[in-house]
Amino acid sequence: MVPLSHVIIFSFLLFAIGMFGALARRNVFIVLMGIELMLNAVNVALVGFSSHLGNIAGQIMAIFIITVAAGEAAVGLAIVVSIFRNRMSVNIDSFNLLRW
Amino acid sequence: MSWAQVFFYIFAGLTLLCALMVVTRRNAVHSAIFLIITFFFMAAVYVVLKAELLAAIQVLVYAGGVVGLMLYVIMLVKGEEASQIKQNLGQVVIAAFIAVLLALQIGSVVYLYFANKPAGKAAAAALKYGGNTEGIGALLYTKYLFPFEVASVLLLAAMVGAIVLAKNKLER
Repeated sequence: MVPLSHVIIFSFLLFAIGMFGALARRNVFIVLMGIELMLNAVNVALVGFSSHLGNIAGQIMAIFIITVAAGEAAVGLAIVVSIFRNRMSVNIDSFNLLRW
Repeated sequence: MSWAQVFFYIFAGLTLLCALMVVTRRNAVHSAIFLIITFFFMAAVYVVLKAELLAAIQVLVYAGGVVGLMLYVIMLVKGEEASQIKQNLGQVVIAAFIAVLLALQIGSVVYLYFANKPAGKAAAAALKYGGNTEGIGALLYTKYLFPFEVASVLLLAAMVGAIVLAKNKLER
């Protein structure tokens, strides 16, 4: 049996890597991948707690997170496509339509 | 150290390695391929943690669906210029600092709270229904029926929104 603390450590290391990808990169696809990595890190934590506590509700919560992540990816990629039509770029620096 | 533990460390290490490759590659297509590998190793971690249904969903939805969609869009918009220019925003140091700070913060909480706790017990609730998939199905369609329906409405809204956003011009 894997100790719970090691699962949580694995989860937050993954979350930190995803956060770095979302904050530091300029390519919008890699930013989206960083967000997906963060959502998956949360899933790992939920599954770890579910396995540790013997309660299956954590895995159901993870399924809902996967649902939301799939919707987020679809809408996010559609927004990227529609911005690309106007700006001809996938660079985060050019996505400043809502800047003050 | 049991075999489950050994495999957990192997798969967790490989997942972290591939995740690092995802956020450091220059070409977005390479990143997407590494993301698929990351999700496969994560599915292996789920199997070690006795969440077999979630491992299958991970491979089907993420490695098959989400990253597949991402690869289509990467190839749809021309990304050649994206791999030539400077790769990072001017905030690599700040981003790395925030990520490390977050890791230290959560790590300290984990260390202080879980350091002296014993190892966990097996997933007994799933066995009550005769297995992981049966347990999740029984719970999902009884106690969590309302969130399930809300999730379906959310997916419908996301689908309509994605179609409307990606469409070139709305015909009237």
